[in-house]
Amino acid sequence: MNLPYVVAVSLLLLGLYTMIAHANLMKKLVGLTIFQTAIILYFLLLSVKRGATLPIVGGAAAGADAFMNPLPHALMLTAIVVMVATTGVALAILIRLHARYGSLEEPVLAERAQTEAGADRPDAL
Amino acid sequence: MSEAAVAGLLVLLVLLALIAVRAADLLLAVVALGGYSFAMALVWAAIGAVDVAFTEAVVGAGVTMVFMLAALLRTSRRRSPVAVGIQQVALPVVLVVGFLLVALTTALPPWADPAAPAAVHVSPRYLERAVAETATPNVVTAVLADYRGYDTLIETVVILTAGLGCWLLLGRRTP
Amino acid sequence: MIERHESVVVTTFVRGLVPLAQLFGLYVLVHGHESPGGGFQAGVVLAATFVLLALALGREVLDRRVSEPACLALACAGVLLYVLTGLVAIAGGGAFLDYAALPVPLPAARARWLGILLIECGVALTVAATLVLIFCRLAAREDAR
Repeated sequence: MNLPYVVAVSLLLLGLYTMIAHANLMKKLVGLTIFQTAIILYFLLLSVKRGATLPIVGGAAAGADAFMNPLPHALMLTAIVVMVATTGVALAILIRLHARYGSLEEPVLAERAQTEAGADRPDAL
Repeated sequence: MSEAAVAGLLVLLVLLALIAVRAADLLLAVVALGGYSFAMALVWAAIGAVDVAFTEAVVGAGVTMVFMLAALLRTSRRRSPVAVGIQQVALPVVLVVGFLLVALTTALPPWADPAAPAAVHVSPRYLERAVAETATPNVVTAVLADYRGYDTLIETVVILTAGLGCWLLLGRRTP
Repeated sequence: MIERHESVVVTTFVRGLVPLAQLFGLYVLVHGHESPGGGFQAGVVLAATFVLLALALGREVLDRRVSEPACLALACAGVLLYVLTGLVAIAGGGAFLDYAALPVPLPAARARWLGILLIECGVALTVAATLVLIFCRLAAREDAR
């Protein structure tokens, strides 16, 4: 059994559980961040080779087996920066939701949005 | 880094993740998430992915935590406890998904195998020809900026779009 | 509104640290070819220095140096630099983003090295400006809406 991958999967499951079970939107965002970093860990574990060093080719000629796989590193670099940018947008949405409805708990938000929609248009939904 | 240090880091990682998830005070959760991100960056540096660890250390432990703290100060620090109904649904879903994923990991090639398909497809070509073709010893930069330049261009546009979205959402003009 | 930190140790230390950290960020940008680094790393380090400036010395210090429309313009300029490098490669006779076709008097490998440097500068500019913009928006005054 591939133990390193199981570690990444466990963190992924922790993030997934948080996203589903907790009602607070900020907690869901925390769970999403854990989920995303677990996926990045999984990809980086794919790039490891036994006895290999950093993917920086020095002067001495060596075969490809002496270096780690550089492709997942490149993919995950962009993934991290996109992660922080989308976290920023998610936080902006949370701030607007809280300013409008006064709460970040999902059932309360759904109820207040429903009430507002019902009050504006009696025949909605 | 020694095996014991990496094992200790992994234990710290899981501990911090559990604190971030279980904390009732959101401030504690956000700070624990910052610590978790930094421990994750150290794990990646121990594996050998230094470019990625560099970025995550600055972004996860620094900038993301400041963003979340700023948002916390503008919303609220409390959260309500987990509703029992949702908990009963979440646990079976997570167990089923977990069982499937762990079963799939046994189908993956053995970890750190130099002959795994991921390691023999196109990356040996990048590693062998990067210095000759692009005069760049750092193969990750060569792959990111030259061999996979289109991906990086579109990702940069995505980052710009996220910044624009945040700017428009929290604009000065009141709704 | 983020106030200036009360402790003089923090403010003095940050005033000394921020220029050095920005220099380090520029170093990481131009040394991305030989050592771990590159555009994304440099961009996030530069953004972090501006955030640190605001947290330690107060929001007015950041507002005096950085305006949000300027951040947006710099972010767009970064993407523009990237796209222009690709278009110049087309003008030089190659495909889009084919740096070997850049019209510079250098051998093909060196021309690709230059192309990588140019787009890393564009990426660093966009990443830094976007993160500073998001910070300015998230940490705004409560009543500035």
